Amino acid sequence: LRVVCIYLSMKKSMKAAVLIQRWYRRYIARLEMRRRYTWNIFQSIEYAGEQDQLQLSSFFSFMLDNFTQLNGNGPDLISQLLDPLVDPWLDRETCYNQIHVPESYTGPRLSFPLSVSDTSALLSAFKEQQTLHARYALQLLYETKKLLKQMPNIIHLSTSYIKDITICGDLHGRLDDLLLIFYKNGLPSADTPYVFNGDFVDRGKKSMEVVILLFAYLLLYPDSMHLNRGNHEDHIMNLRYGFTKEVMQKYKTHGHEMLQLFQDIFSLLPVATVIDGKILIVHGGISDQTDLDFLSSIERHKVSGNKAVDLHPPPLSSLLQIVDILWSDPKTQEGCSPNTFRGGGCYFGPDVTQRLLLRHGLQLLIRSHECKQEGYELCHGGQVITIFSASNYYEEGSNRGAYVKLGRELVPRFYQYQVSRSTLRAAEGSALRALKEKLFAHRCELMAGFLQCDRNNTGSVSVSEWAQVLESVLRLDLPWRTLRPHLTRLAPDGSVDYPSCFEDMGPGNPLPQVAPNLAETLFRYRTDIEIIFNIIDKDHSGLISAEEFRHTWRLFSAHLGVDINDRAIDDLARSIDFNKDGSIDFTEFLEAFRVVHKLDSKDQHLSGKMDGEKC
Amino acid sequence: MAGRKQSADVHQKIRAAFDAFDYEANSTVDVREIGTIIYSLGCFPSQKDLHDFIAKVEEDHTGYIHLDKFLPAMTKVLQEHKFPPISEDLLLQAFEALDKEKKDYLDPEELTKYMTQEGEPFTQEEMEEMLTALADHRNQIHYKDVVSQMTIKPDK
Repeated sequence: LRVVCIYLSMKKSMKAAVLIQRWYRRYIARLEMRRRYTWNIFQSIEYAGEQDQLQLSSFFSFMLDNFTQLNGNGPDLISQLLDPLVDPWLDRETCYNQIHVPESYTGPRLSFPLSVSDTSALLSAFKEQQTLHARYALQLLYETKKLLKQMPNIIHLSTSYIKDITICGDLHGRLDDLLLIFYKNGLPSADTPYVFNGDFVDRGKKSMEVVILLFAYLLLYPDSMHLNRGNHEDHIMNLRYGFTKEVMQKYKTHGHEMLQLFQDIFSLLPVATVIDGKILIVHGGISDQTDLDFLSSIERHKVSGNKAVDLHPPPLSSLLQIVDILWSDPKTQEGCSPNTFRGGGCYFGPDVTQRLLLRHGLQLLIRSHECKQEGYELCHGGQVITIFSASNYYEEGSNRGAYVKLGRELVPRFYQYQVSRSTLRAAEGSALRALKEKLFAHRCELMAGFLQCDRNNTGSVSVSEWAQVLESVLRLDLPWRTLRPHLTRLAPDGSVDYPSCFEDMGPGNPLPQVAPNLAETLFRYRTDIEIIFNIIDKDHSGLISAEEFRHTWRLFSAHLGVDINDRAIDDLARSIDFNKDGSIDFTEFLEAFRVVHKLDSKDQHLSGKMDGEKC
Repeated sequence: MAGRKQSADVHQKIRAAFDAFDYEANSTVDVREIGTIIYSLGCFPSQKDLHDFIAKVEEDHTGYIHLDKFLPAMTKVLQEHKFPPISEDLLLQAFEALDKEKKDYLDPEELTKYMTQEGEPFTQEEMEEMLTALADHRNQIHYKDVVSQMTIKPDK
């Protein structure tokens, strides 16, 4: 009897084990699915945001075209908007050594030429959250500019005298990732050469610290430290994606001078690196027009990396060479087509890669520019490597960062890391919040779409119809049905209660009296408008005149083709002139158009981080 | 009428799950992702069930599965409720069956023994992952808490 009991018990255990295994495997698979959807959301929104960037660039072009009409018609906006771009090659007036450094300053006091003790001091200071004093920061920038002027457009490196070269991708102001790379891989030195492949700034909060460290090591080891330009090394991108703001906040007095120096420095960064004549490293990618010999010959400092406005535009061919290098993305389809998402550069296929590599005797293209879940990705049959070094780029837990090492045999080895592991829940929550904001910002259009399907105004539509409306209005390629439970409620009969989409969201401060479609436009283009205000507000006081406000707004809406009548704008201007003194505090004004999630009031602080830095 | 609309919805659901893993946008997925896709559609196949399913839909051992074959096979699975979900009660009973000493929790060694030796054994990696996820700060697996936290409620 005992044997039978044991036998039955064993059988029961086995059945139990099978059950648990099945359940657990399914649970993990579900988690993986959620990770993937979260990822898709972030990617889709990011690319849609980049599309908005195109709007801004073309807006500037539009403004320039209309320059003559504006002249004599109100304040001279154009000349205010666009600093006559000083040739970056020219030396600017320097007076950093006249800046007084108080005794109480305990941060690094750099001495030039830099030594290892200076870079060590910088590392320690930044780990302790200290800021480098403007006097030293300015000198660092001047010295960097001087050095960069001597560099060619394309840097040629050789592995013959060194063991391994380490190549890192986008950092986007993530100091923690840079420090982690230095920790795992070693500090830059004659024995530990590095190539940093662009996008050092914007989005993250420590762009200043990242770029100071990179420049310091560049000055210290000019033969072992190499920096490629990225599409974010550009003053228009900086205005939008946070670097300008960070600099002005950290350096209230000298920020302006620093920003001008950064503008020069960014335009003087080399655009490509070649290792052993075999491996090409550029930030974005290539196009079917890319010609490395031509690229070597152009005057890179004359070319803005953006299709925004230059007052003395370079020849179109030069501009396009650089834009392609900084903005292109690889795709699986053959051929070369305009990169509509980015608003610049191309989508290039495996045939384009093949042809370029063949033409120049190369064997591999290493690029960055796109965030990858594992920190790196191969494509085009292994001929293209994407390397991305900012972990948790979208949110805690969203992705790993990586760097790649090449030895003399030129076989790439990948190293991954993640600054902090966190639950999927945080990333998912953040992605869903961002998505809901998109819904809210398109409320009028969405409601119109829903009502078309719901002629009798019952307040519900089928799941298919709901998904279709979202797809056509938002144009985001997402699995709407799967996301549905997070975005909206079902009515008792299984149809979608579509008004519940907008339930838990609302404006920040009480809205000024404003027509609904004007309000929606403001929600949607909030960031672009902020950039324009920041440009107009030369002294960074946060105030612009009501007249400037009206004028800018009229132009912007004319450009967008948004039908807002003058009366509505005038009412708006009057209503937000809180002090009635003819000047508008635009920060306060824009606060009203920051979407707030009613259900998580503690996250209001978080959404501030998302809005200014993500986009 | 209702039947046709329903199967259109089912097709959409299956397509959406499939698309998430169709990296090259050419209606194929790696065979190793099929388990994840099927699980995400609410099904609980065993490893054997998965192998049998894959054998029916894989493109001649290429390692890829095409939507053309997956869609009808998966539709059948969903419509016939072939791999029904495991209820919370049943799962609890399963854990209790393994808890021989009736202590209301399992030690990592106990769980490891069953998961890696019985049934369709876990790999070492799977086991480590499971322990990280389920063990509390006392390094015990209090399965009653675990089960209620981790059971996925059906889409409401």
